[in-house]
Amino acid sequence: MLLIPCPYCGNRPEIEFTHGGEAHLVRPAPPAQVDADTWTRFLYMRENTKGVYAERWRHARGCGKFFNALRDTTTDHFLAVYKAGEARPQ
Amino acid sequence: MPNLAMPNLAKPNLAKRKQRFSAFSLLWRGLSGNQGWEQQWRKPEPKPRYDAVIVGGGGHGLGAAYYLAQQHGLQNIAVLEKGWIGGGNTGRNTTIIRSNYLFNESAALYDHSLKLWEHLSQVLNYNVMFSPRGVMMLAHTVHDIQVIKRHVHANRCNGVDNEWLEPAQAKAFCPPLNIAADIRYPVLGAALQRRGGTARHDAVAWGYARAADALGVDIIENCEVTGIRLGKDGAVEGVETARGYIATSKVGVSAAGHSSVIMRMAGVRVPLESFPLQALVSEPIKPIFPCVVMSNTIHAYISQSDKGELVIGAGTDAYNSYTQRGALHINMHTLDAICELFPEFRRLRMLRNWGGIVDVTPDRSPIVAKTPVPGLYVNCGWGTGGFKATPGAAHLFAWTIAHDEPHPINAPFTIERFHDGTLIDEAAAAAVAH
Repeated sequence: MLLIPCPYCGNRPEIEFTHGGEAHLVRPAPPAQVDADTWTRFLYMRENTKGVYAERWRHARGCGKFFNALRDTTTDHFLAVYKAGEARPQ
Repeated sequence: MPNLAMPNLAKPNLAKRKQRFSAFSLLWRGLSGNQGWEQQWRKPEPKPRYDAVIVGGGGHGLGAAYYLAQQHGLQNIAVLEKGWIGGGNTGRNTTIIRSNYLFNESAALYDHSLKLWEHLSQVLNYNVMFSPRGVMMLAHTVHDIQVIKRHVHANRCNGVDNEWLEPAQAKAFCPPLNIAADIRYPVLGAALQRRGGTARHDAVAWGYARAADALGVDIIENCEVTGIRLGKDGAVEGVETARGYIATSKVGVSAAGHSSVIMRMAGVRVPLESFPLQALVSEPIKPIFPCVVMSNTIHAYISQSDKGELVIGAGTDAYNSYTQRGALHINMHTLDAICELFPEFRRLRMLRNWGGIVDVTPDRSPIVAKTPVPGLYVNCGWGTGGFKATPGAAHLFAWTIAHDEPHPINAPFTIERFHDGTLIDEAAAAAVAH
């Protein structure tokens, strides 16, 4: 089980969280003018990075807030957590 | 209907230089101290050039190489494997085989595979221990009953056997099952596919490896692919590997959890996410469990191996990862369900558990297709249910590579379906791992 550093609550066990998928995906707009290629990328294509991956978590059974994290998908170690809306740390 | 004619199963066509396995040869070798068994496949050095290269030495990849050589006459084929053959998801699954999928496209695909399973031991001259002992899927809610009965009817329309059982009939088929009405998720009925069952996972990889090797296929282990080289025309020219550059004009990627990593080397994006999927086995006990039981609602997947271990499948972890390990609470969740359905197993100890990395598509159906890069083909997205598809996927993938176009059975399973919206949405049909 992962120990996840919620930026609001500190380290908490994984069972308190839900995973929110890849971070920094922006819904294309306006919908009527978006072509099929763009919709395909937004709806279905994911980086699925082997290495450092930016992802969303929600502390669903804690503070309830969404936040983003950088995690190495080859070790599952968290490298950084940051608040929703903030830029990805370098 | 597409032509669903089966490949010629009558002629295994193993080269003469291979020893044939038989009851007589076992007895003869046994009486003579088990001396004189040949090496089952060679350990060749990679050649500088092949007509086709398969990336990934699991059952799917080895099988594709075998069918390319056996049915399509390709002479010069290599299978490149990062680790050892059968060491990925082929050796990590719970060996369940069934074809009771909802949609017409899926039923055709998985039943094609099931029909190949039925003769695979004879075709390969290798005992893959296919055991059609029946796969029973439990219903615990009114919704389950409706969904499962819909599956039963849809399957029967497609010529796939499946039947509805009342709880007492389910108990008669699987005596350890608890059908008491007072448990948290009582058994309200079940669907039974009698042709479904299990097979020996390692033997599938070894059987295909031996048969492919006999037809001249080079199986090259410890040979990670690190790049795909494209020519000026954008077509495949060769692959960079840990053991040097290999020229080829056809590359078939069959790399399970790493498929998106390999495809990216050629600049192709595929709609995949890779998740850990775990399984575990109990200590071995005497034969008690006669079939396969699955409960999608409470996540229990269980059968008994010939060695006596209960083989239990758990769910995927919530996050994508390449670590081949998952969290304990996922296993505990499955064991909760197992202990409620089979109370007599509560005192069993679990012997070991492990994880594999499964590549999951958004609609939970696979991709077996050409790609936008000429000469590059992909067989991926089997998610949590690729083992059952091994012979069928391998056969259709080989067809696709040899003909440079899909077989009618795998024609719907393209990458483009995520662009034009023709999804084969088994996820919405089942909403769980397959």
